[in-house]
Amino acid sequence: MPFSFLLLVLAGLSVIAYRFGVSRARAVAPGRQAVLHSRPMYHGLYVAIWCGIPALLVAVAWVAMQPILVKGLVMGGLPDAYDALPKARLDLIWNDIRNLALGDVVRADPAPEIQAAAETFRRLYTIGNAALTVLCLIAAPLAARYAVRHVSIDLRARNRVEAAITVFLVASSLVAIFTTVGIVLSLLFESLRFFAKVPVLDFLFGLHWSPQTALRADQVGSSGSFGAVPLFSGTLLISLISMLVAVPVGLMSAIYMSEYAHRKFRAVAKPLLEVLAGIPTVVYGFFAALTVAPFIRRAGEAMGLSVASESALAAGLVMGVMIIPFVSSISDDVINAVPQAMRDGAYALGATKSETIRNVVVPAALPGIVGGVLLAVSRAIGETMIVVMAAGLSANLSFNPLDAVTTVTVQIVTLLTGDQEFDSAKTLAAFALGLVLFCVTLGLNVFALHVVRKYREQYE
Amino acid sequence: METAILRDTMHTLSDTHAPEGEAAPMTAKIEARQTNVHYGDKHALKDVSLDIREGEVTSFIGPSGCGKSTFLRCLNRMNDTIDGCRVSGTVMMDGEDIYDPKIDVVQLRARVGMVFQKPNPFPKSIYDNIAYGPRIHGLAANKDELDEIVLTSLEKAGLLAEVKDRMEAPGTGLSGGQQQRLCIARAIAVSPEVILMDEPCSALDPIATAKIEELIDELRENFTIVIVTHSMQQAARVSQRTAFFHLGELIEVGDTEQIFTNPKHKLTQGYITGRFG
Repeated sequence: MPFSFLLLVLAGLSVIAYRFGVSRARAVAPGRQAVLHSRPMYHGLYVAIWCGIPALLVAVAWVAMQPILVKGLVMGGLPDAYDALPKARLDLIWNDIRNLALGDVVRADPAPEIQAAAETFRRLYTIGNAALTVLCLIAAPLAARYAVRHVSIDLRARNRVEAAITVFLVASSLVAIFTTVGIVLSLLFESLRFFAKVPVLDFLFGLHWSPQTALRADQVGSSGSFGAVPLFSGTLLISLISMLVAVPVGLMSAIYMSEYAHRKFRAVAKPLLEVLAGIPTVVYGFFAALTVAPFIRRAGEAMGLSVASESALAAGLVMGVMIIPFVSSISDDVINAVPQAMRDGAYALGATKSETIRNVVVPAALPGIVGGVLLAVSRAIGETMIVVMAAGLSANLSFNPLDAVTTVTVQIVTLLTGDQEFDSAKTLAAFALGLVLFCVTLGLNVFALHVVRKYREQYE
Repeated sequence: METAILRDTMHTLSDTHAPEGEAAPMTAKIEARQTNVHYGDKHALKDVSLDIREGEVTSFIGPSGCGKSTFLRCLNRMNDTIDGCRVSGTVMMDGEDIYDPKIDVVQLRARVGMVFQKPNPFPKSIYDNIAYGPRIHGLAANKDELDEIVLTSLEKAGLLAEVKDRMEAPGTGLSGGQQQRLCIARAIAVSPEVILMDEPCSALDPIATAKIEELIDELRENFTIVIVTHSMQQAARVSQRTAFFHLGELIEVGDTEQIFTNPKHKLTQGYITGRFG
């Protein structure tokens, strides 16, 4: 029986178990349900959980263990000559066996012992699946029967079901947490491998970035140099330019939207502004590369400046536009959250509208606004597509916005695209860069959330 | 039944208002005539004509939704900040129509201060809360003058002794009663002529309330005060004149003592004896 079908059957069994539980609960207290500790529904759920969950756990464990067991058995069954082979070779053979058994493409004419092994593989899998089905179909009703016998007037079925639901919810939230932990750990370990090849201090404080390494000893090529400071400075420069655009524009538009705009105008304009956030960044990227960058170049040349055709300015400006909705939307929310009583208090003292906003509303909303801006900063630092297309790849250590610069994210992309060896310093450098990026944005986010939360405590 | 009450109401209105002009020996600070307020389609205040006398405490009483707060907010044009609110009729202050387009609402509010139901100190220091009004109106030429204004305002509001050691602490950290006195001090700091109070004690405990009432009595020397209250005892304790509102209409206005001992209108009598409202 295929696994998905087995799950379906288990679900069906649980529904039946539910009915049994309900009727059993009604039977133990005929005509006077009030004496039951829990309502019959909870007894039904209690039995259903007993029916479904243990069988499901058995199935999941089986599916997790089966490949390991099968591999052990199949490889053990090969002639002794194979035992002496190196591990990499054995892995190749195992792949062959599996592909043969599953009907995938294999190398031409496999050896007879390989074919025999594939046959064993197939047989073991068939037996395993059958055993699993039988096991589940026995375990589920048995567990349900155990639970039904427990149904009594005093059974605290409601509390048990509530506890089971709590466990389920905890498990769901753990999925997200473990994913994060997994990502961090993989970044960390790959970075450690990189730092074994390149000293941490050279990476963090080196001024020259040129990640090309020679593949062979006789190859003409640089030995690679991994000073990431030009990347950090480029990232900083572009983020700075984008924040210079996004913060004033976003904040002003938020103030206009929340304090001055007519309700009807706001109803139209706010979603329009938020559309900016929905535009794919790759679209922003070619807008920056094909429209804004040439414009800036021409404008610069008209003024007698030399402008690189891929400039930090173009990427930063367009990224700033992209981030406007982050700043304006969050600022708008926190400005609206400032109690009307604050404004009334200022108006009643004879403050004008702009005085009220400048001296009372914005200061009251400031922590929230700062939080929004910090979230926008971490978005700017992590943004990739626009800078890949508009800012260029040359790692110049420059703070001139008219120069081409590159960022951490752009370098990660270029280091990992194309065919790469996964143990060269060049590739591993991407993980180290990723780790730095992660630490910076995590720090900013934590700080921003802390600021926002502090603000919330003040008014609720 | 209802029409009967209404007819009665109309009757009393014409009764009480005809003689008011002569009956008031003191000068009227604010004269409202035929004031109507609409919130969208809702007719919230109907033809209210009332004099607020200078140097007295006038209290507005009446059941919830009777229009007393609405009328109060007409006196410093706070209703302007509410969407869909229309005011008609005239409200004269010292002989000037405050709804005249030539009147600057900002200056008007500097002359008519307001204290709200819920204490609403700004999220700033105690000092800055008081200094805010004088700063925006340019009332102090230098830091010393500003300090002077802040200290006298706190002194008049009876808060100075409690806060003089922590002027830089946030105003929101004070207790409810202290916050309300801070708001009163904030209103006083602009040297208004009239102070409007919208249920200033409804969020406070009895001890804080007693302090505020005492304060209102002292402030009467320098300011004309209008107070909206749900507590009839409070109206009786602090005010010299009382106006009773019901369903958007002014039912009866008179000396506080007369209103509470010998009300002319049976709606007023019903309300003060607790038969309804």
